[in-house]
Amino acid sequence: MFKLRRSVQKELLLLFRDVGGIVILFVMPLILLLAVTMVQKGSFDSILGGKVSVLLVDHDRESISQRIQEYFRADENLELLMELDGKPISEELAQELVRQGTYQLAVILPEHLSRDLNTHVQQNVDKIMSEFDFSGDTTLVATEKKPIEPKEIKLYFDPAAHASFKTAIKMSIDKLVSNIESKTIYSTFQEELGEDMDIELGEQQFISYKEVGRDGEHAEESLPDAVQHNVPAWTLFAIFFIVVPLSINIVKEKAQGTMLRIETSPTSYALFLMGKTVTYLLISLIQFYLMLLVGIFVFPYIGLHSFQVGNSFGLLSVIALFSGLAAVGLGILIGTIASTQEQSAPFGATLTVVLAAVGGVWVPVFIMPSVMQQLSALSPMNWGLGAFYKVLLRGGGLVDILPEIILLILCFLLTLTVAILYDKKKRTV
Amino acid sequence: MSTTAIHIENLSKQYRGADFVAVQNLSLTIQSGEIFGLLGPNGAGKTTLLSMLCGIIRPTSGKFSINGYTYEQSPVQLKQSLGVVPQDFALYPSLTARENLLYFGSMYGLKGRKLEQEVIASLDALGLATFMDKRVETFSGGMKRRVNLLAGVLHRPKVLFLDEPTVGVDVHSKNAIMEYLKALHFQGTTIVYTSHHLSEAQAFCTRVGIMESGRLWKEGTPEQLIAEEEKAQTLEDVFIEITGKGLRDV
Repeated sequence: MFKLRRSVQKELLLLFRDVGGIVILFVMPLILLLAVTMVQKGSFDSILGGKVSVLLVDHDRESISQRIQEYFRADENLELLMELDGKPISEELAQELVRQGTYQLAVILPEHLSRDLNTHVQQNVDKIMSEFDFSGDTTLVATEKKPIEPKEIKLYFDPAAHASFKTAIKMSIDKLVSNIESKTIYSTFQEELGEDMDIELGEQQFISYKEVGRDGEHAEESLPDAVQHNVPAWTLFAIFFIVVPLSINIVKEKAQGTMLRIETSPTSYALFLMGKTVTYLLISLIQFYLMLLVGIFVFPYIGLHSFQVGNSFGLLSVIALFSGLAAVGLGILIGTIASTQEQSAPFGATLTVVLAAVGGVWVPVFIMPSVMQQLSALSPMNWGLGAFYKVLLRGGGLVDILPEIILLILCFLLTLTVAILYDKKKRTV
Repeated sequence: MSTTAIHIENLSKQYRGADFVAVQNLSLTIQSGEIFGLLGPNGAGKTTLLSMLCGIIRPTSGKFSINGYTYEQSPVQLKQSLGVVPQDFALYPSLTARENLLYFGSMYGLKGRKLEQEVIASLDALGLATFMDKRVETFSGGMKRRVNLLAGVLHRPKVLFLDEPTVGVDVHSKNAIMEYLKALHFQGTTIVYTSHHLSEAQAFCTRVGIMESGRLWKEGTPEQLIAEEEKAQTLEDVFIEITGKGLRDV
């Protein structure tokens, strides 16, 4: 225990006297987290529904126009614009602005949309009524002679807009138009059957849906946004980046002969590695808490929402700890096998980047191609990220994240065992 | 009554893939309290022999014991009784002299006040007391060489392996190191020493062995070896007689 304490003390002294190393371990990941979250915010918003400005060109100016405006204004993710610089928007201007990508959507309501819909519905209702001979109204004959052409609401989308965004808008407008048509039909029947009838027709759809989440209420948090994704993802990246300084540290020990002193002393190689493991685990936890602090307290000052930890602080720490353990194992293995810093540094850095890319740190796994989604299961960073998601997004507990924790422990044990066996084998050269 | 410190029997080492044998059938006994000089040109097999004795690499064949221990049976006791001072500065440059020694001392089981006192006393004995809290990276070559020596002897080993302990240092540091080693020897430490400074070896060693091509060609006191060679007046004459005058680039 005394030897272990001294080893940890020595490792910490070496680390904290290396200013460049401190910057790499603590400052760079924070800068990376801030920069990437800011950059990715737009992408996540377009995928997941951030605030989108919609141009509305209104040639109708009657009841349907009113309903569509009400609908768009009620949606907190959409901002309705009917004028630019105090002037009404023409269809040509709206089309050009959307084509340029300045706006993602323009909606063009045709002339007489409300009036023609009413007429069209009136004709159909009259037809039905005449079938049942409820009315001998002469207007029926008159309207039959004037068929109404179907109307089109034009939608212009930014060519770069996500397909999911287009589908969502189309479905929403389709649903809105159906609602308006249904209501018009009900109203027309009501009028035809007698003005004195006092029937209250429900405004709401009879069949609706409710998305039920883990708490039995809402399920809006099923996909991570930029903050929810990037804080755990880049924390894992930072944690696994200790592979580079740790492997360099071990190679340095070999090169400067201090490892030889340990090998010739009555201290086992395992204890020597344990000192490094404890130290770098501490480092990974410090990195994790720093990232968490930035996510919680700094993000709101730069236009991002605060990272929500809730009451999962303990579980998140457990995930960070075991992710750190897996990272330490990889660092020890690379440091043991590499002969020079020229081997260990680029290899460690490249491996970390590849594991991050495959593991879903840069691009969330759920938007990766299916082949990559399967490959991502091989990355320890994906195990860590999966555990973070389970806790942060799905309300998972210790039992839920146990599979990922076991995988991370196995990764550490496997890499450590290979490192120790390799070291033993090296002595039989 | 002297006891055996190191006993080597038919020790051989051939590196994997190598077409030569680095150490061939070497047998040697070193008694407790001796200062044994292991001499030989570059590539003679001295480092390979020391590496095997220190437990860094394993022999291809043969066996040896140090202080009655073997690596197979009692590795911890054997290592505890050994001190190793490598030729390179095996120190952490960004740690102070005191921090380096506290760490390496603790790896030999020293701790607490005893370790602190031993570190300070040792640094003082080699004239480094006023520099103990300065980082080793700021030291001169001679100062680093002295700290390097102390890191291997803090635990008072019974057998000390020294690989070129005075290479590249000025005369003052060299004298300080040699005096310190003599004091250790006086206290009962057996020293196995390699050097290319043959005059230093002649003055310092109680017995020497001359290696060439992985074999131990001669062993005895410097005086005996000089007397055995007809034209030799110094150990260097004996060395050249045995190893020849050709360059030994390996």
